[in-house]
Amino acid sequence: MRALFLRDLTLAVRAGGGFGLGLAFFLLVAVLVPLGVGPDAATLGRIAPGVLWVGALLACLLSLDRLFALDFEDGSLDLLATAPLPLEGVVMAKALAHWVVTGLPLVLAAPVLGVVLNLAPGGYLWLVVSLLVGTPALSVIGAFGAALTVGLKRGGLLMSLLVLPMYVPTLIFGAEVVRRGAGGLDFGGALVFLGAITLGALALLPFAAAAAIRVNLR
Amino acid sequence: MELRIDNLACARGGVTVLEGISFGLSPGQAMVLRGPNGVGKTTLLRTVSGLQPGVAGGVSLPPESLAYAGHADGVKATLTVAENLNFWAAVHGLRDIGPALLAMNLTALRDRRAGNLSAGQRRRLGLARLMVTGRPVWLLDEPTVSLDAGSVALFATMLRGHLAGGGAALIATHIDLGLHEAQVLDLTPFIARSTPEGAFDEAFA
Repeated sequence: MRALFLRDLTLAVRAGGGFGLGLAFFLLVAVLVPLGVGPDAATLGRIAPGVLWVGALLACLLSLDRLFALDFEDGSLDLLATAPLPLEGVVMAKALAHWVVTGLPLVLAAPVLGVVLNLAPGGYLWLVVSLLVGTPALSVIGAFGAALTVGLKRGGLLMSLLVLPMYVPTLIFGAEVVRRGAGGLDFGGALVFLGAITLGALALLPFAAAAAIRVNLR
Repeated sequence: MELRIDNLACARGGVTVLEGISFGLSPGQAMVLRGPNGVGKTTLLRTVSGLQPGVAGGVSLPPESLAYAGHADGVKATLTVAENLNFWAAVHGLRDIGPALLAMNLTALRDRRAGNLSAGQRRRLGLARLMVTGRPVWLLDEPTVSLDAGSVALFATMLRGHLAGGGAALIATHIDLGLHEAQVLDLTPFIARSTPEGAFDEAFA
């Protein structure tokens, strides 16, 4: 698993496009929204949590369709399926690599973009915490979607449609944590739900994704 | 370590293509699968490797003893030759890629990016991967595609070494590898004639 994780990181860095693509997209969203909405600081501050979370979510989605598709096309997935590594482990390793390449940079960049969007001072810490807790779920859910569509040519559109509804709870609770944190309200419940979704996804979806890959390899 | 295939039937796209295949493969033995294009050589190999379920019959062999090499080599273009091999060695819990590089004459290319290799060199890298799996039973689907005569001989030598070490190989190929000791199985007599019951459901499975 470690070898696969390290290989995926190496590939992401070498391929150029994979690493930083999500981050660049996130940056664009966060910079363009103030230009579109106008310079009213109060309005921006109110929509900042939602915009940051939607941006992070779409940035995550952007690189997902390549998660298994590249390995499928060059035959690596066949070989991994016959390797001693269980497919569930393959899914976990690849989802983790995806998170490190896509999710983690978003978490680190979010506070800077919070300034652009005039996020209330109380919200920064909880923006980082909520993204840190929530983005692993985005990677694992996305891995499941990518596994379902792995054999399809141009499966990206179908994958987006499949994955987006599953992203909704994470988005709602994630943005809620930031909104309440920024407003100085109690956010405990939302944060717990966000964590629960992530843990549930981590526990269940690798098995579902591995089953989907097995079907698609036939 | 023995591969035993018992009355196996396999399907592609929901249609049964081969049925009633039975044979065994002991350590040190190789078997060459022959038959015209589309007869089901790849389907049979994928079924034996467990990538797809058989329609009927069974494949029995010890777990974790298969190494499959299909049409695609599983080579990453942005990794070097050595990195590609090291990855597969690590996945299979082995360390030393030296013998594999040597066997397929890749030592001079070890730091070359796989994306810059020629088709034949890529194939050699794909075949060298078999050696770092440490698995005894090799399932090879047209292993000699895009190899020149010298590389085919190199591959035959590697295969002989594998067989001499107690390995076994099931090979789908059209060209003569020079393996005179290998048994030959022509798949033409096993082409499925009847449409088995449940084929309708199978199409929707």
